[in-house]
Amino acid sequence: MIPSSVPTDYSSVKPNKPWQASSKDRAITAGIFALSVLISSVSVKLTGFSGKLGFFASFVIIFIVITASREYLRFGNALAKDTFVNTLVAVGAFITVIPIVSIIYTVVSRGYKGLYPGLFYRDMSLNAPNDPLNVGGLGHAIIGTLLLVFVALIISVPIGILTALYLTEIKGKLSRPIRFLVQAMSGVPSIVAGLFIFSAILLPITKDNSSLLGSLALAILMVPTVARTAEEVLNLIPNDLREAGVALGGTQWRTVAMIVVPAAKSGLITAVILGVARIAGETAPVLLLAGGGDKFNYNPTSGPMGSLPYYIWRSFGAGSEEAIARAWTGLFVLLLIVFALFAAARFLGNRKVGK
Amino acid sequence: MTTENNGDQDKMETTTTPSSLSSVASSSKRKVINTKAMGTGLEARGVHAWFGNHHALADVSLDFAAGTVTALIGPSGCGKSTFIRTLNRMHEFIPTAAMAGQVILDGKDIYDPSIDVTKIRLQIGMVFQKPNPFPSMTIGENVLSGLKLAQLKTENKDDLLEECLVKAGLWNEVKDRLGAHGGSLSGGQQQRLCIARSLAVRPQVLLMDEPCSALDPGSTLRIEETIEELSSSMTIIIVTHNMQQAARVSDYTAFFLSDGGPGQMIEMAPTSEIFARPRDKRTENYVTGRFG
Repeated sequence: MIPSSVPTDYSSVKPNKPWQASSKDRAITAGIFALSVLISSVSVKLTGFSGKLGFFASFVIIFIVITASREYLRFGNALAKDTFVNTLVAVGAFITVIPIVSIIYTVVSRGYKGLYPGLFYRDMSLNAPNDPLNVGGLGHAIIGTLLLVFVALIISVPIGILTALYLTEIKGKLSRPIRFLVQAMSGVPSIVAGLFIFSAILLPITKDNSSLLGSLALAILMVPTVARTAEEVLNLIPNDLREAGVALGGTQWRTVAMIVVPAAKSGLITAVILGVARIAGETAPVLLLAGGGDKFNYNPTSGPMGSLPYYIWRSFGAGSEEAIARAWTGLFVLLLIVFALFAAARFLGNRKVGK
Repeated sequence: MTTENNGDQDKMETTTTPSSLSSVASSSKRKVINTKAMGTGLEARGVHAWFGNHHALADVSLDFAAGTVTALIGPSGCGKSTFIRTLNRMHEFIPTAAMAGQVILDGKDIYDPSIDVTKIRLQIGMVFQKPNPFPSMTIGENVLSGLKLAQLKTENKDDLLEECLVKAGLWNEVKDRLGAHGGSLSGGQQQRLCIARSLAVRPQVLLMDEPCSALDPGSTLRIEETIEELSSSMTIIIVTHNMQQAARVSDYTAFFLSDGGPGQMIEMAPTSEIFARPRDKRTENYVTGRFG
């Protein structure tokens, strides 16, 4: 057949998705949902399954059973099993999200009361946690947390990434013991790191609190996380790229620096994020080493330094209604800072290479 | 221009499949061998290779004259790729690897301890089986990456960039988007980008390890044309599973075979002879498709 020069008109054909749930299917699912709610409310009344948890558990079981039974009647055994597992997985994912949403909701709903502009540029040097919420602030704690995290970051990121490069690129004789130590270190409780710096540096040498010591302890906690994640990321870079770099006359160092590390950039940033997440909320070593202060201190090398976890801990300890509100506000601000750091790192990691 | 369009362009060109191998060999257009090309070629003397205790390759001696194209053929696992990787010292990147013998470039053994191995790999470039453009670089940066890796200076980067892309047969397709990612190209274009990248450091010898095995016929044809153009200025050694390809592009063909033991080089001869009048019965069985 000779193709005609007139373009065929396909406007009558509509794109369609026959594999998707129709409105009828959705109505049936909603019906099953309602039926499950009904049956489980009755069962909560009549059986030992009681309370919110009992209701949720019986609802989940009944919903899964009804959905799977319907599928069994329609398509038989194999698809019923498939539906059963799919629904179970969806429920599992939902259960995972509950505590996260719940934590964020609680922190925001209780924390926003203490927010006022002065919070961010005032400190607590002239105020007690029990004072009204419109005096004092946590500016010193924000500065303290940022300094602690930043200095720990500067110390641990080079060490962590170099360790990962040793394990993945050089693969020297010490790889196995180092990998083992790094894995063992990632389980070290934070108080152990704190006590180590306390007895090794603070007591014999400095004899005074400073946030630098706190950062050292935090770095001990952060290095294994950064090193392990970075190692996994670097292992994902195909060996082809390393060979291509070397085959073009590059030394191993230049190949790693110009090809392997840039290719792994976003993953390495994730490694740093995970490291920061590990240490941002640490309280024990900070309390022990940075001392915890109530006024602004911009000098990491001397004097007590406040931090948000310390601020929260101290406010909860004071016990009055205002103090508790202060603690929740501190949590809210800590959460905001961590989210802001994550967002910034994601943004940096996802930027495309320049023109 | 989008990637899809270029992919279609690649596919629109078709290769002609020869009716019989010997007819291709006899009609091969590359009979006159240019010996005036630069360099003195490459010489392998008694090369053995091992992976741990496994003796993968035994006693291969081959001369690659300057300005010729040599195809290495043979069934899978016969040591062709292992051999080609000993020629620019990529073999040693496998942790358990070992070797014996000599590879002579410009009168010197490249395995001599006094040799700077990075200089060797600049002189003996390599194109791999799978296209592997550097993902963090643009098309232009990919081509010039060898200069940066080896810290070479060049007077005019733009000229070199254009020259290499033209030689690799990619210039017309990418000249308007040199700032795009290498990964945005189709597979065939990526492989030609990798060839352009190898050319930028001006190697005397180019090793190609099954460069077309992942490509469609159109891209394969382009790369074969590229090989033909390049062969006037450098020595090319290509591993291929495609015997028509060996017949089309090469001046000489070497047949490798492993009879359960280590892989060996059975015979090497001008390509037309290998396909028309092989001396060894095993070669004949292989090139006529009776096994392998």
